[in-house]
Amino acid sequence: MTAGAVQLAPLLGQVTIHSRTGANAPCQAQESKVFCFQWAVDNFDRYTTPFLNQLLLVLIAVGIGFAVAFAFAILSHRQRWLIPTFTGATGVLYTIPSLAFIFLLLPITGLGWETAIIVLSVYTLQIIYRNIVAGLSNVPVESQDAGRGMGMTDRQLLWRVELPLALPEIIAGLRIATVSTVAISTLMVFANVNTLGQPLYQQIDFKTNIVIAAGLSILMAIALDLLLLVSQRLLAPWRRPSMGARA
Amino acid sequence: MTGQSRVRAAFALLAAMVIALGVAACGGGSDDNNDTGTSGGNSANLIKSNSANNGIQLTVGSKNFTEALILGNIYAQALQAAGYGVKTNLNLGSETIAYKALQDGEISGYPEYTSTLLTSIFGKEANQVPAEAQAAYQQAQQELQPNGETAFAPTPFADANALGMLKTKADELGVTTISDLQGKSQDLTLYGSPECRQRVDCLVGLQDVYGLQFKSFNPVDIGLRYTVLDKGQADASILFTSDAQLAANPDKYVLLQDDKGIFPSGNVIWVTDDATVQKAGPDYQATIEKVQQGLTLPVMQELNARVDIDKQDPAAVATQYLKEDGYIQ
Amino acid sequence: MSGALHLGVLSVFGDAINFIFHQQEARTGQTMVGGPDQVWHLTGQHLKVTFLALGLALVIALPIGVALGHFRRGEAVAISVGNAGRAVPELALIAFVAAFIGVGLLNVTFALAVLGIPPILTNSYVGVSQVDRDAVEAARGMGMRGLQVVGRVELPLAVPTIMAGVRTAAINIIATAALASLAGLSTLGDLILGRNVYGDAGVVAGAIVIALLAVTLELSLAGIQWLLTPRGLKVARAGAAA
Repeated sequence: MTAGAVQLAPLLGQVTIHSRTGANAPCQAQESKVFCFQWAVDNFDRYTTPFLNQLLLVLIAVGIGFAVAFAFAILSHRQRWLIPTFTGATGVLYTIPSLAFIFLLLPITGLGWETAIIVLSVYTLQIIYRNIVAGLSNVPVESQDAGRGMGMTDRQLLWRVELPLALPEIIAGLRIATVSTVAISTLMVFANVNTLGQPLYQQIDFKTNIVIAAGLSILMAIALDLLLLVSQRLLAPWRRPSMGARA
Repeated sequence: MTGQSRVRAAFALLAAMVIALGVAACGGGSDDNNDTGTSGGNSANLIKSNSANNGIQLTVGSKNFTEALILGNIYAQALQAAGYGVKTNLNLGSETIAYKALQDGEISGYPEYTSTLLTSIFGKEANQVPAEAQAAYQQAQQELQPNGETAFAPTPFADANALGMLKTKADELGVTTISDLQGKSQDLTLYGSPECRQRVDCLVGLQDVYGLQFKSFNPVDIGLRYTVLDKGQADASILFTSDAQLAANPDKYVLLQDDKGIFPSGNVIWVTDDATVQKAGPDYQATIEKVQQGLTLPVMQELNARVDIDKQDPAAVATQYLKEDGYIQ
Repeated sequence: MSGALHLGVLSVFGDAINFIFHQQEARTGQTMVGGPDQVWHLTGQHLKVTFLALGLALVIALPIGVALGHFRRGEAVAISVGNAGRAVPELALIAFVAAFIGVGLLNVTFALAVLGIPPILTNSYVGVSQVDRDAVEAARGMGMRGLQVVGRVELPLAVPTIMAGVRTAAINIIATAALASLAGLSTLGDLILGRNVYGDAGVVAGAIVIALLAVTLELSLAGIQWLLTPRGLKVARAGAAA
């Protein structure tokens, strides 16, 4: 073959066609196999970017949700008439299914991280807000009296007495919100964000894939939950949250 | 568990997680652990990097099913080898979304089937789509050019929707063509993608052109189109003629012949706009048309098989194709 | 500029409302989609699987939770089930059932019921076990036996907590029913996941209808809760909330 020859379509044999029947079919090619360990080891790096994206998304969303809910709670702490309004508003937002919410935002923010963050943080508002308010209202009257007796202003009372005492309840709410957010963030694949829902959705018939993607998501939820539990024990070792902290 | 040991356990778990992440992120980089046969044997195929292309940014789009992902990755990597700066957007769900992304300037171009382009986007009837690849390509060009868009030459392989069954079921019913299903279809369950219900090149065509009423139409994700046949839940399923599973199991599945022509066959053409062609220079068209010459039907089925059956990553499979056919080193 | 943006946003929502009430040509052409018939049909399918799954979850989780709470056993299990349930991603559950068991109404109902069981189980346990011990003692003192104590004292007093769990379960189920389109069942998810065919208008229309359904279901369950809550509790709560 001279260098100047015009090369038409390459010879067929150059892309090796493998035979995939029965005996030499690898584990992942067999429909019945529940978990292909070798494939998992070889392909684990396919899950790192989705995992890290999901982690980042969860942290941002819970962070924003907490900031907003906290602001609401501080506002409604003295203006108690605001509580039903905020509870109602966050409740309605909580009721809207995340998948629907993504597409309700489609005309406004399109698809992408922005939409995903809005959907996820809005979803956390109700539980965090309710728990902060409940925690603050569960502060014993004696503690408040003691604080006032020491000459604290309202503001000092809030930040030095009431909030620290409400901490277990607040963190309990954060824990629930975080775990839920991790689970829902897998749905953000429909908002074109590459979380663990993406590999899951891409090969929805592959059992090993489902096990890994779901397993990683659940592990993330457990780990973050434990982290928050640990920080609660460290920050507020003197109290346990009441059973009032529920979804 | 005491408070102390719980704290320790939590930190141990966290440390383990961090270590596992670190290992995964740093290790496991190589994907080419398959036999690749003869590689790099054809130096005339090699895509040469042209420094004139270095400042030019292209965004390669594709739809998000296996075949489209492989094609998108092949084109993206080929253009990169030619020296372009390439970004990818390989998550465009189906043709109207992809075409709109092109018109909105979000992507430079994407691979589209001539049949889909003509029927779905330009509203032609299925029987107006030319069966021959070049003729279909010319017709597509005629439709695209008034919009300031254009397409490059078609791939060797073509793909079409198809109505498939387990061979055992087809033999039991004694059917070889879709028309044979008349009088029998009301006892059969049909499975297809959720949008199949509304498409003329799918359920609507079967109902209107063939006059078939099925016992039920059930939507499933296209990733499950063979699973539902294998599990015996589907009597018939909407498949694609270039599917890997068909080549891998030639005696298990059978495609019923589309005698009334509601499933037009389409070669893949790269659809792009004139502005991008101007900006990108001659290597744009040359690279795309060169790299797709190896995509005959058996090759496409093999690449599909590596993703759908061997569960490899589409990007890795694209690299294997490019290396095995000598387009890149 | 922002005026044009607002107009654009409003027009898509307008198109979505239009989609619900008027049939129009599919984005892929040559068939008619949308309109009240299709939307109504899909809504019916969606509600059907939601209620089936919710019913199944109630039948399984409520007796177990109430029993555990009454005998005050299995706290760890009851609470962990609730926590675990929160951590399971819905998409994974649907995919799991589709790949491991199969597709179709029965399988999807089962998957959705699995989603609804944890909150109902946990809240039934917590609700019943936290009933004021004095009330239970008084009932026993009056000669009531086990089942009567449960039925006439514990359950009514636990209604707010139990119903909170039922409402959570209902919201989870109605949300995940949208994914049933991937697993053999036509629901409103068809619209949301079918942007190629139904266009932005159809997708937003589907989202609007699902959101309305969810809010309506929540309000209905809140109403049922109000009806079931004993009068004394309502008075006590009103006093506490003041």
